[in-house]
Amino acid sequence: MSKVLSKLPYEVQTEPVTPLSVLSLDGEVVNPDEMPELTDDQLKEIMYRMVFTRTWDDRAVNLGRQGRLGFYAPVSGQEAAMIGSEYALNKDDFICPGYRDIPQLVWHGLPMYQAFLYSRGHQHGGQIPEDVHVLMPQIIIGAQILHATGVAMAFKKKNEKRVAITYTGDGGSSEGDFYEGMNFAGAFKLPVIYVVQNNGYAITTPYAKQTAAHSVAHKALAAGIKGVQVDGMDVLAVIKAVRDAAERGRNGEGATLIELLTYRYRAHSMADDTTKYRTKDEEAEWAPKDPLIRFGKYLESKGLWSEEDTTRVKEEAKATVNEQIKKAEAVEKMTVEGLIDSMFETTPQHLEEQKADFK
Amino acid sequence: MAQMNMKEAIRDAMRVELKRDPNVLLFGEDVGKVGGVFRATEGLQAEFGEDRVFDTPLAESAIGGLAVGMGIQGFRPIAEIQFVGFIYEAMDQMFIQAARMRYRSGGRYNSPIVFRTPFGGGVKAAELHTDSLEGLAVQTPGIKVVIPSNPYDAKGLLISAIRDNDPVFFMEHLNLYHAFRTEVPEGEYTVEIGKANVVREGSDVTIIAYGLMVHTAVKAADELEKKGIKAEVIDLRSLVPLDIDTIVASIQKTNRAIVVQEAQKTSGVAAEVIAQINEKAILHLEAPVLRVAGPDTVYPFAQVEDAWLPTVARISAAVQKVLDF
Repeated sequence: MSKVLSKLPYEVQTEPVTPLSVLSLDGEVVNPDEMPELTDDQLKEIMYRMVFTRTWDDRAVNLGRQGRLGFYAPVSGQEAAMIGSEYALNKDDFICPGYRDIPQLVWHGLPMYQAFLYSRGHQHGGQIPEDVHVLMPQIIIGAQILHATGVAMAFKKKNEKRVAITYTGDGGSSEGDFYEGMNFAGAFKLPVIYVVQNNGYAITTPYAKQTAAHSVAHKALAAGIKGVQVDGMDVLAVIKAVRDAAERGRNGEGATLIELLTYRYRAHSMADDTTKYRTKDEEAEWAPKDPLIRFGKYLESKGLWSEEDTTRVKEEAKATVNEQIKKAEAVEKMTVEGLIDSMFETTPQHLEEQKADFK
Repeated sequence: MAQMNMKEAIRDAMRVELKRDPNVLLFGEDVGKVGGVFRATEGLQAEFGEDRVFDTPLAESAIGGLAVGMGIQGFRPIAEIQFVGFIYEAMDQMFIQAARMRYRSGGRYNSPIVFRTPFGGGVKAAELHTDSLEGLAVQTPGIKVVIPSNPYDAKGLLISAIRDNDPVFFMEHLNLYHAFRTEVPEGEYTVEIGKANVVREGSDVTIIAYGLMVHTAVKAADELEKKGIKAEVIDLRSLVPLDIDTIVASIQKTNRAIVVQEAQKTSGVAAEVIAQINEKAILHLEAPVLRVAGPDTVYPFAQVEDAWLPTVARISAAVQKVLDF
C-alpha cells in the first residue's frame, strides 16, 4: 500500500539524510571537502576547550553533590556540539541557550563564576557583561528559540552582519515555539541558526517516541529554511556546519536548522537514573564516538597534541573551577529587597511597602 | 483640538511615538495594510513603511517572543495580540519571558514592550474574543497592566506605556473603540501610569471601576443621584501599579465602597482592591466593600451577554446594600 502511495505525484516526499562527518572514528579525515579552515593553533585551542569542559563537567557534578551548585545539567559527550558550534561564531554573534548550554556561554565570554551563581540561584549570574552577547539559560523548553528569532530580526533591521544562534534538544523540537520560530525566520528571512542537539533523549523519552520524522533536520522543510544533519560528535563537522550557516545568515540568505547527533554520557540532570532507560549496548555503541578521543587522535597524528597536554589542561581546568566556585561563593547573597527592586525600573509604591516585611 | 474616539486616539499615540523614536516598531497579525481587524493601526504602515509596521505569521507565542528578542536589542516593540482570548497562546512570552527579563538578568536586560490587545464584553463577538483576562496579568510579577476608559487617557497612557522600559499589557475595551469622542490634544502628552482618576465626585459611597465599567458606574451614579445618593466614581486606569492612595482618600470621605469589574468574581482585580482597602482603610469603613462582577462561569455566548455583564441596576443595588448595612 505504501509503495503505491509513494508513487503519487502529489505526495510530499522526504528522503533520509546522511549526517555530515569530517573525521572517522580513528581520527582520519574522511571528507576533506568539508574540512573547515583552521590553523594549528586554532585546532589546539578547540581541543583545549573540549578537555577543559569535560573536566569542568566532572567537577560541576561533584560540586552539585556537595551542595555547592544548584540545578546542573551535565554536558559530557556533547563537547563537540557545544564547543564546536560556539567556536564557529564571531564574538558579536548572539547566543540564546537552553538550560544545558552553559559551556557555550562561558566560551562566548560569560565569566564562569557567574554561571556558577546562576546555578546557585543568584540573579547576578544572569547579569551578563555589556560586551558578552548572550542571554541566560532558558528553562521553558523552546522559549529561547523565539528570542533568537527576535534578536535576529533586530540584527537584520539594523543592517548588522551578526547572527543569532539558539540551542535546544530533540525534545525541544516537539514544542510549538520551535516551529513558530523557524516559520517566522523563514517568512522574514532572518539570520538565525537553530541548533538541535539530538542526544537521543528528552530526559528519559527516547527519540523514537519523540517524532516520526526522518530526522529533526527535516522539520526545516516545513518552515522553508535550510536544514542539515551533522555528526555532533565530530567537532570539525560541527564547526563547518555552523560556519556555513552563519555565513548564509550574514549574507542575507536566511536561517538554518542544524541537527547535531550527539550523546550525553550522564543523566539529564543530577536526579535521574540512566540505567532505567538506557542499555549497556547503547552506551558501548556511542563510546568510540567520543569527541575528545576522536579529535585527539586526529591532533596526535598531526603532532599537535599528546597525553601530557591532556593532563596539563585537566589540572588547569580543576584549578580554574576551584577558583571560580570560590569567587561565586564569596559574592554577597541576594536579598529579598534586591529581588523586589528588580521587578521594575522604578519600584512602585506597593512593592516599596512590601519590602518592609523583610527588614 | 481634535475630536477623537478611543480607537483614533490609540492610533494617534502610536503615530506620535513611531514618528518620535525610530526604535518603536508595531507588529502583529493583520496590523499592516488592512490596519488591524478593528482598524486601530490603519494607515500606519502606509505612513511608516513595512520596516516599522508589519504583519507577522499567525502565531501569538512567536509575536511575544519576537518582541522579547527585539526588546533586548534596543527596539521598543508594540506587539498586537489580535483578540484577548489569544493571549493564552502568548502567555509564556508575555507574562513569563518579558515580565521576568529584568529579574533574571539582574537588571542587565529589560523588556520595553507594549502588548496591546482588544477585550471587553457587550459587543456580541465570537467566543474568546471579549473575556476580561486582566486578572491573569495582574497576578504576574513584572508587568504593568493598563486599561483606559476614554480617548484622552488612552492616548496619554499608551504614549507612557511605549516609553516605559518595563513591559506593559495594554487592554483596549472593544465597546469603547467607537463609543464616543472627546477632545484629544495633537502631538505628545502623557498620562502617568499608576494614577487613578476621580471621574465624578461624591460623598456617600465610592464606586471603583475601570474600562467600560467606569461608564456603567457613572450611569449608576446618575441614577443614584436622583434618589439623593452622591456617589464618587474612581477610574483606576492602571491595575498595576494600583493607585491605592486615591481609593483610600475617597473612602476616608465616603466610608463606603463597591468595586465593579466585568471579569468573573473570584480572585480578580476587585478582590485585590478590597484586600488593599482592608489593609489601609478598614477603620474608615461603615460597611463591607462589595463586588459587582460577572459570575464564575466561562464568558457566555452572546445570548446572555448583556445580563451576564454588570449593569446599572446591579451596581445601584450593591450601592444600596452598602448604604443600608
